[in-house]
Amino acid sequence: MSAVPVPRAAEVPDYLNARYGVKSWLLTRDHKRIALLYLASVTVFFFLGGAFAVLIRLELVTPAGDLVQSETYNKLFTMHGVIMIFFFLIPSIPAVLGNFLVPLMIGAKDLAFPRLNLLSWYIFVAGGIFTLWSVVHGGLDTGWTFYTPYSTTYSNTAVITAGIGIFVTGFSSILTGLNFIVTIHRMRAPGLTWFRLPLFIWSHYATSLIMVLGTPVLAITVLLLVAERAFRLGIFDPALGGDPVLFQHLFWFYSHPAVYIMILPAMGVISELVTAFSRKNIFGYRFVAYASVGIAVLGFFVWGHHMFVSGQSVYAGMIFSILSFLVAVPSAVKVFNWTATLYKGSVSFQTPMLYTFGFIGLFTIGGLTGLFLASMGLDVHVHDTYFIVAHFHYIMVGGAIMGYLGGIHYWWPKISGKMYPEGLARFAALILFVGFNLTFFPQFILGYLGMPRRYHAYPDEFQVLNVMSSAGASILGVGYLIPMFYLAWSMRYGKDAPANPWGATGLEWRTPSPPPTENFAETPVVTWEPYHYSDAPVEVKGGGGSSDATGEAPARA
Amino acid sequence: MDRTLPFFPEQASTAAGRVDALYYFLIAVSAFFTLLIAVLLVYFAVKYRRRSESERPQPVAGSLKLEIAWTVIPLAISMVMFFWGASLFFALSRPPEGAIEIYAVGKQWMWKFQHVDGQSEINELHVPVGRPVRLTMASEDVIHSFFVPAFRTKTDVLPGRLSTAWFEATRPGRYHLFCAEYCGTKHSGMIGWIVAMDPVEYQTWLGGGAATGSLADAGQKLFQQHACNTCHRPDSLARGPNLEGLFGKPVRLASGQTVTADESYLRESIVAPNAKLVEGFQPLMPTYQGLISEEGILQLIAYIKSLGQPPATQQQVPASGAPSPGRTPATSAPGRATP
Repeated sequence: MSAVPVPRAAEVPDYLNARYGVKSWLLTRDHKRIALLYLASVTVFFFLGGAFAVLIRLELVTPAGDLVQSETYNKLFTMHGVIMIFFFLIPSIPAVLGNFLVPLMIGAKDLAFPRLNLLSWYIFVAGGIFTLWSVVHGGLDTGWTFYTPYSTTYSNTAVITAGIGIFVTGFSSILTGLNFIVTIHRMRAPGLTWFRLPLFIWSHYATSLIMVLGTPVLAITVLLLVAERAFRLGIFDPALGGDPVLFQHLFWFYSHPAVYIMILPAMGVISELVTAFSRKNIFGYRFVAYASVGIAVLGFFVWGHHMFVSGQSVYAGMIFSILSFLVAVPSAVKVFNWTATLYKGSVSFQTPMLYTFGFIGLFTIGGLTGLFLASMGLDVHVHDTYFIVAHFHYIMVGGAIMGYLGGIHYWWPKISGKMYPEGLARFAALILFVGFNLTFFPQFILGYLGMPRRYHAYPDEFQVLNVMSSAGASILGVGYLIPMFYLAWSMRYGKDAPANPWGATGLEWRTPSPPPTENFAETPVVTWEPYHYSDAPVEVKGGGGSSDATGEAPARA
Repeated sequence: MDRTLPFFPEQASTAAGRVDALYYFLIAVSAFFTLLIAVLLVYFAVKYRRRSESERPQPVAGSLKLEIAWTVIPLAISMVMFFWGASLFFALSRPPEGAIEIYAVGKQWMWKFQHVDGQSEINELHVPVGRPVRLTMASEDVIHSFFVPAFRTKTDVLPGRLSTAWFEATRPGRYHLFCAEYCGTKHSGMIGWIVAMDPVEYQTWLGGGAATGSLADAGQKLFQQHACNTCHRPDSLARGPNLEGLFGKPVRLASGQTVTADESYLRESIVAPNAKLVEGFQPLMPTYQGLISEEGILQLIAYIKSLGQPPATQQQVPASGAPSPGRTPATSAPGRATP
């Protein structure tokens, strides 16, 4: 393709049509195509993980363990956790939306290391297939937490192969994080200073720090686990001279920050959405930006709050408790700033904004119930019950997945060049919100009543709440299938999307939908502050595919 | 069967009311902030809804005052939660003096309890109301967790060490006992009942059990079976430390450190004798790991404890309730007079 800037974008083929054939996809170095490869793979994993969840909720409709055997049930919740966390939530927003948008948002042609980007997708797929293969050969019943010595000595399932699968997948995360950090440092367009960056970029920067610093610790932990199980090296099993709590320390040193890998990118999405659909600059830009970094840093020092009842020293517990309360503050700051952004705005209620409202509400509940778990005296009672199951689903499903779906809808016109059907999309967003709350709110009550998590059978008095939860899950399931169908439908039958259907201000909206392979015909020069909605062009609506939105920034005062 | 839909579990221990008080406070704070955010979102969304497509609202400058307010206020409230939660945890983690001692072993997938008088129970534990009960727990295999929702107590039971938990039941009744830490195939079958009884009935129950002798007697048998007494003896032929009156006393180690001879120390000295070698002795003792079950180790500990307790700690027993933060006068009130 010609390197000479082309004045009319219409003459340049978009990234989807630039080349054809399977090879052009599997060997692509275009970050946008790699993002789509990730979109396809994480969608497959999401529906797989979801299928496990359906079986779990079906089993829990009745108190007796009657639908499946205990062994099977234990494998179901383990695989649900492993797939959803390692193969959907962690890669979802960064590897799909981040991959697609980081270069576009900073006015770059691609990520810093395009080949590394493709490699990270191959590693992800290899790790995923390997892990799935281990499920077929013997399954995995340790819970996604792999607690020792159960996992190293007592489980009869394929712990070693699943561990290797997760070990391999981790490298995809590390490479993506590394790629983002270098890209954000080195490839910003002229004039795009740190405090002119979209908050989506700030949150991805913070996420990348965690990916690069935290994931190696998971890799080490899994290797030690495999070493103990395979070669009987005494590391975690006291019968071999090891310490089982050491495993919990190592595991949560990664896996607590991993929660922030899941939620920080969603927070970045919400900052973009709440501004675009209220046509307002974000309230307290710097506070929201610093809050992301604050969460990433503090998030590394709270892991011990998973071990208040594990026999950890009371004083260590107190340190972890107070740090856990501190990490809640930047999250609160973000929620208040998003809310204040609506003030004196021009609020519209398109689908992405409905997801934004859903996110703010559910994340608030998820965050506040985290305080229950950080309070040591109270955590003793709710630890390892359905209370914590409800809490982290409010963060991960109510937060991360709502943010992901909101982002998918918002950038769908850019990604696919087509509009999704608005009415159906709003309906699905509503269904998801109702289904989500019906599924997970009863679990808070169940947990406080004392129902432990990971129970195949439970006492009769817990049945009513479990039936409510399972009923909600069926609504939730429908809510996830609807977007799946209309988004696929829209790729062929949707209306052509204009370059900037929302009248948004980010650089990604200053290039045609879908963008050409090199993103911008000319590198944009940024002379404005982020989210300058008050003086953004009004007439962006209407014009088809690739009107006059070239790389050049419209003149502005 | 109870067909009502309760929101809170029964309160049946001295801890329950205190944990619930913190829970209510957190619910109040959470409800307030959730409602605040929800009301603001709806109000702003309606009031500032887009009225025309060409609307371009003026930018609103941030406010340092507001940022400070919504940083400092949540911080202050969360510090209240921290101090409340930490002090409660601290209080609940220290068993009061003079508690009834019960030994428990968790194994895939059952709970086994041993009373000092020798009664043993499986998946059921009888305790009196109005007296603190201290559990010394060991795991035979993986990590389990002793969880009694009605008592608001939960403690992980780990292999390779002893864990302690305590509670004081306040109302007679049968309460769920759950294993809360995932422990394998029949994890959800590792459940049982705590039977809290009126102290008089409890005495009757204790007397009626088919006990074959006290726990310490069982420990003594093991002590002789494993020939521990050939080295651990009070006379001059002793090649190991004399165990009489040892429990609860400071022990000087060969390394120069001093440790207290508590249950955990005794357990470690049986399974890993050279880890904390006593000053003046040779590392002659072999490990008994795998040779004596966790139950046996608990019996040995009970025997060693029975070998004359240091007079200082015994004297403290009557004065128990007062200095312990675990028992406030109010919560001790329901305790009945022992017969």
